[in-house]
Amino acid sequence: MSNTLTTTMTGTDLSMDTNLKDETGGVSLWKDAFRRLLKNKMAVIGGTFLLLEILLAIATPWIAPYDFEAQNLELWVEAPSALHWFGTDTLGRDLFTRVLYGGRISLMVGILASLVSVAIGVTYGAISGYLGGRVDSLMMRIVDVLYALPFIFLVIILMVYFGRNIYLLFVALGMTQWLTMARIVRGQVISLKEKEFVQAATSMGVRKSTIIFKHLIPNCLGPVIVFMTLTVPTVILEEAFLSFLGLGVQAPMASWGTLISNGVEVMEIRSTVLLFPAMALGLTLFSLNFLGDGLRDALDPKGAKD
Amino acid sequence: MGLGYLIKRVLTMVPVFFAVVTLVFFTIRFAPGGPFDEERRVPPEILENLNKKYHLDEPLYQQYFRYLGALAHFDLGPSFKHSNRTVNEIIAEAFPISFELGTYALIWALIIGLLAGGLAAYKPNSLFDYVPMSISIAGICLPTFVIGPLSILLFGLWMEWLPVAGWDDWPSKVLPSLTLGFAYAAYVSRLTRGGLMEIRNQDFIRTARAKGLKESTILIKHSLRGGLLPVVSYLGPAFAGLLSGALVTETIFNIPGLGRFFIQSALNRDYTVVMGTALLYFTLIFVCNFIVDVLYVVLDPRVRYE
Repeated sequence: MSNTLTTTMTGTDLSMDTNLKDETGGVSLWKDAFRRLLKNKMAVIGGTFLLLEILLAIATPWIAPYDFEAQNLELWVEAPSALHWFGTDTLGRDLFTRVLYGGRISLMVGILASLVSVAIGVTYGAISGYLGGRVDSLMMRIVDVLYALPFIFLVIILMVYFGRNIYLLFVALGMTQWLTMARIVRGQVISLKEKEFVQAATSMGVRKSTIIFKHLIPNCLGPVIVFMTLTVPTVILEEAFLSFLGLGVQAPMASWGTLISNGVEVMEIRSTVLLFPAMALGLTLFSLNFLGDGLRDALDPKGAKD
Repeated sequence: MGLGYLIKRVLTMVPVFFAVVTLVFFTIRFAPGGPFDEERRVPPEILENLNKKYHLDEPLYQQYFRYLGALAHFDLGPSFKHSNRTVNEIIAEAFPISFELGTYALIWALIIGLLAGGLAAYKPNSLFDYVPMSISIAGICLPTFVIGPLSILLFGLWMEWLPVAGWDDWPSKVLPSLTLGFAYAAYVSRLTRGGLMEIRNQDFIRTARAKGLKESTILIKHSLRGGLLPVVSYLGPAFAGLLSGALVTETIFNIPGLGRFFIQSALNRDYTVVMGTALLYFTLIFVCNFIVDVLYVVLDPRVRYE
């Protein structure tokens, strides 16, 4: 008896699923959003630039013209030339190669730390919203309180005292950015949990954790993606900030923050050592912000534009 | 009114403050390394005496309670690195400088931001709108540690208009405070424009216009109060950002403020100075957020806290 019930239920569930994926010939949410995104010129330019940059970052070990550690003190802060497109740095290393490798690190930190923050924020928000009641208000009160703390100071203390470990950096930076994500997801989950598909799952006796991770979270994806594209630049900035202070990525590895900080030391003699990494960081942050804004407008056409 | 809410907020901050004290205290103490391990080895007898003098030989929990006890009298203890100076003295010396820098930066931000935002809202979709709004995107995307060196390069080294380091006469204060304030000017201008544009279409503005009031009177007398709400609510987080931005600005421009002390002491493992400055930062940020909340109620009679 219960067996047949389950099969019929699964049957309806499946048909709902295909419905969601949209085989009816209409325009799905994602296709529609993508179409809207393509109309936003700045977002397209930003997205293309980022795509190019990610490809460059992946291909760096093969396309970099020099070894990123190879020093040549005779080439101390050379001007850009045909041999060294961006010139050389204070240890005679090829700056173009250094900027490429720096981008690899900066992007990796940005993406991984954002994933950490998304993982924490989404889980926290979904649990809080789904359980509701006293647990919810306690969890949200904690978030309110944490909002008031300047995390970057804690991160600085962490980085100073527990070695400048790159994995610690991912976690520490991710920890600073999950609060808003938790709030967004909680709001979404609260509105979703009264919907029929969740009630159906509940009545079938699906475990709470399965409902949260299989049914609720996938339906919050839109706002999560939008917020993540806005988290990545923030995290890249924070990493560059730490590296600039000498607390982030450690030598011989270098992120754009480290390169900028090196550039500041010699900017009176050779400004290009500062300008090229600054430009790389600036363009990336511009692109991410434009893409983020574009995605927000595309996925949430009702949302206000500021 | 919201008095109960405000009292409750102050009360919730007490346990948070304790949590922060505990967290920072134990993070610093559990980390490897101490204030007296330097390259030059200190003889064991002296080390013992030093440890005794600063009570570092006691069990950790005893040190913790000793610190809490002193904190209750607003005594932040002696500095480990600057002999014969207390943390209170260091803060008393460095804080006014940071405060001055932050205040100038905020004044710049408000003057530039409100003017640019007001102008853009007054003549939307004109050159007065596009030019400042494009510049503001740069202000939002580019971090202090890029804008700072670039402005040194441009105004200090190439044009030689302003001194590039130090903090004594007013010309030396222009670049640092502008650098720190630029990003906030950018945000304030966008928020001002957004707030004013939103309020333009409200009934009471239409009434004012129907009465035949001048456009500038409408803007200043009627729109500004409501239109500035987003700006006010931004000031709380802005202040927190100013503090961390000051870390970089003070480092770049070589200003003997609190931010530079914080970074140096963190690197030197000067436990008490790190603790003291971090606690001061937390307190300041809390106070600012609190003031902003109160201001919000004053400006917008619709807002009520329960």
